[in-house]
Amino acid sequence: MPKLAIRPRLRLLEAAATPHGLDSYLEQVDPLLVLGECRAEVVAVERGTEESVTLTLRPNRAWKGFRAGQFVNVAVEIDGVRHQRCYSPACAEGRGGAVEITTKRHPEGLVSSFLVERAEPGMVVGLSPAEGDFQLPDPRPDSILLIGGGSGITPLMAILRTLFAEGYERPVALLYYAPDADRCIYREELERLTAAHPNFQLRRSYTRAPATGELDGHFSPAHLPQADPDFTAAETFACGPPALLDAVRGTWANGLEQRLHVESFVPPTFVPVGEPGEGAISFADSGVEVANTGESLLAQAEAAGLSPEYGCRMGICHTCTCRKRSGTHKNLLTGEVSSAPDEEIQLCVSAALGDLTVEL
Amino acid sequence: MTTTLQTAPPPSRTAVDGLTTNPYGLTPEQFEQLGTELDAIRSRVLADRGQRDADYIRGVIRAQRGLEVAGRGLLWAGVFPPAWVAGTAALSLSKILDNMEIGHNVMHGQYEWMNDPKLSGKQFEWDTACPADQWRHSHNYMHHTHTNIVGKDRDIGYGVLRMSEEQEWKPYYLGNPLWATLLATFFEYGVALHDLEVERIAEGEITLADKRELLRGIATKVRGQALKDYVLFPALSGPLFVFPLAGNATANIVRNLWSFTIIFCGHFPEGTHEFSEEETANETRGQWYHRQLLGSANLSGNRLFHILAGNLSFQIEHHLFPDLPANRYGEISVEVREICERYGLPYNVGPLHRQFGSVVKKIGRLALPDSPGTLVRGLGGAAARASGKLLGLGKRSVLALK
Repeated sequence: MPKLAIRPRLRLLEAAATPHGLDSYLEQVDPLLVLGECRAEVVAVERGTEESVTLTLRPNRAWKGFRAGQFVNVAVEIDGVRHQRCYSPACAEGRGGAVEITTKRHPEGLVSSFLVERAEPGMVVGLSPAEGDFQLPDPRPDSILLIGGGSGITPLMAILRTLFAEGYERPVALLYYAPDADRCIYREELERLTAAHPNFQLRRSYTRAPATGELDGHFSPAHLPQADPDFTAAETFACGPPALLDAVRGTWANGLEQRLHVESFVPPTFVPVGEPGEGAISFADSGVEVANTGESLLAQAEAAGLSPEYGCRMGICHTCTCRKRSGTHKNLLTGEVSSAPDEEIQLCVSAALGDLTVEL
Repeated sequence: MTTTLQTAPPPSRTAVDGLTTNPYGLTPEQFEQLGTELDAIRSRVLADRGQRDADYIRGVIRAQRGLEVAGRGLLWAGVFPPAWVAGTAALSLSKILDNMEIGHNVMHGQYEWMNDPKLSGKQFEWDTACPADQWRHSHNYMHHTHTNIVGKDRDIGYGVLRMSEEQEWKPYYLGNPLWATLLATFFEYGVALHDLEVERIAEGEITLADKRELLRGIATKVRGQALKDYVLFPALSGPLFVFPLAGNATANIVRNLWSFTIIFCGHFPEGTHEFSEEETANETRGQWYHRQLLGSANLSGNRLFHILAGNLSFQIEHHLFPDLPANRYGEISVEVREICERYGLPYNVGPLHRQFGSVVKKIGRLALPDSPGTLVRGLGGAAARASGKLLGLGKRSVLALK
């Protein structure tokens, strides 16, 4: 085993590279050389419709691959600040090779706009290990029904591509809801797949262009009989906006739920900004939730019986710095308001505006 | 050449204990206004942080890693004198950059807004004996919150030197110049032992056992540092190990002397003020800023000098805004200085030789008590204690003699 031979040598190298670690030297040569962190190089950029971009990423050695349907966190730096968003790769799983992600520009979406406008080959992004239970099971089911809305097609595309790459010959159908034919992502490829695979059925509904697809209107149980396989027997995977998923869940009742797998695919929306005394504060690591009084998060954590580390209590020393997962906070010193997720905040000078979750 | 601004009369030292919180006679409204003006600078820079600050700190890190690799490479072949000299110089610069412009500043949280885990103030570790988490407590919290408050700010003398008239003189302080030289040479260990509060252990207030956790942290860190500098890299040179060994030790000491010099120029040059616990108990934000201003001193120099000083040459700006990116201090110093002029406050700045010269003078002056009487009494007491011990008398009886 070559791995065993390398390990002691690596340990020596790490001891020589203390306290910064080997990776902090390797990345100066090439950011992709790091051993302990997954990163990827953008090797191809394809701007599909004017509002979307498809990136082909080549991950470094730290990448462990993904299962069709799973998502990854992609980190990019915009004006010096690292931002992370999750994307579902749309390519076939396995082979440890390239990862393809597609993003559509959202009006409030900082990262999507950045990628649509500025992504170019050679750019290096951070990549998290793949996550999510929404994945194509092994062994492959006897029949598969896919239901997608908008950008929610990407994990379904990964499933389809994986199945056909493996030579899957049992029935598989896709019900896809898009505003119109122009905004039907992967349209050409889907049509090609339909022609090439008699076991694949494509049923599209263009919700803003009636009578132009195989189906009409938003998802309804009436669409199901028009697809083979039978939805009561098939393993069903649904991904899209919340309204679509609610309608689907309502249909898969009475014991069918076990065969239904859903993944909510919500475009990043602006976090609603509440008032200082509104909402609830969730201290995620301790599993404590309290009603927001509007005081500093440090004071509220202490009132809730937690004992976070602290020092100056006036915003100088950063001893009480914690990671905010979500929510809007106001810096009590500067008055600055921020809704960015995954952000380091100083508990002693931060107050929550509405619901907020902090890692404490 | 820059000179110390003296727009106001020298501070009055008429307060009973020799300390005064308001030597330049600011009114409560002026304190309030001073706070508002300085807050405005802070908010403006906070909102403006971006790519150029990120590029700056990454550039410094890149330079440091490059210097370190070059230094260690040259020292590997350190048997050749030019390689030894160049290698030691490169490694010294690398350690200086690592500690001053990178470590100190990153650990203040100056680059936390970048959301990069490697630049997170709470996770960063640096190339020196002091464990980062202990430093964050003793420096970011204790020193920066209680700056120049005698009895609270342990940076005043590091528990081993007498750096303020307000520290009661003891015969031990006759060694001030010697202790200072030792502290400067082994500064990284002085910093590492900062939170140990050796003087309180010596006085019997606390015991070593109270500090077991702390000592364990220091031991782990020192072991890792020593293994790297004094075992692994020398071993790479085989029988010629003595050359990298000597080079690494020299680089550590050069870094120690440099950081001691810069840090002692931050709060101890002539003209910096000290404060008492009582008087600063309920200070406003404006008064807090005012204390930081009066307690700190700047160094003038060129850009490279400021980078090697970790921008602590802008100690005043750093103490007003400890978590603003250090590369901004130079820019805002113009405004801070202008504010000082308007409020009639001194803006203590001078070249290194002058500021450090006055620190050295202070170290020497404070080795002796303020009055000859104290010296005689102190020496007498020490002699009595020593002879008491010799005579086999307990401490108790010596006290009785007094």
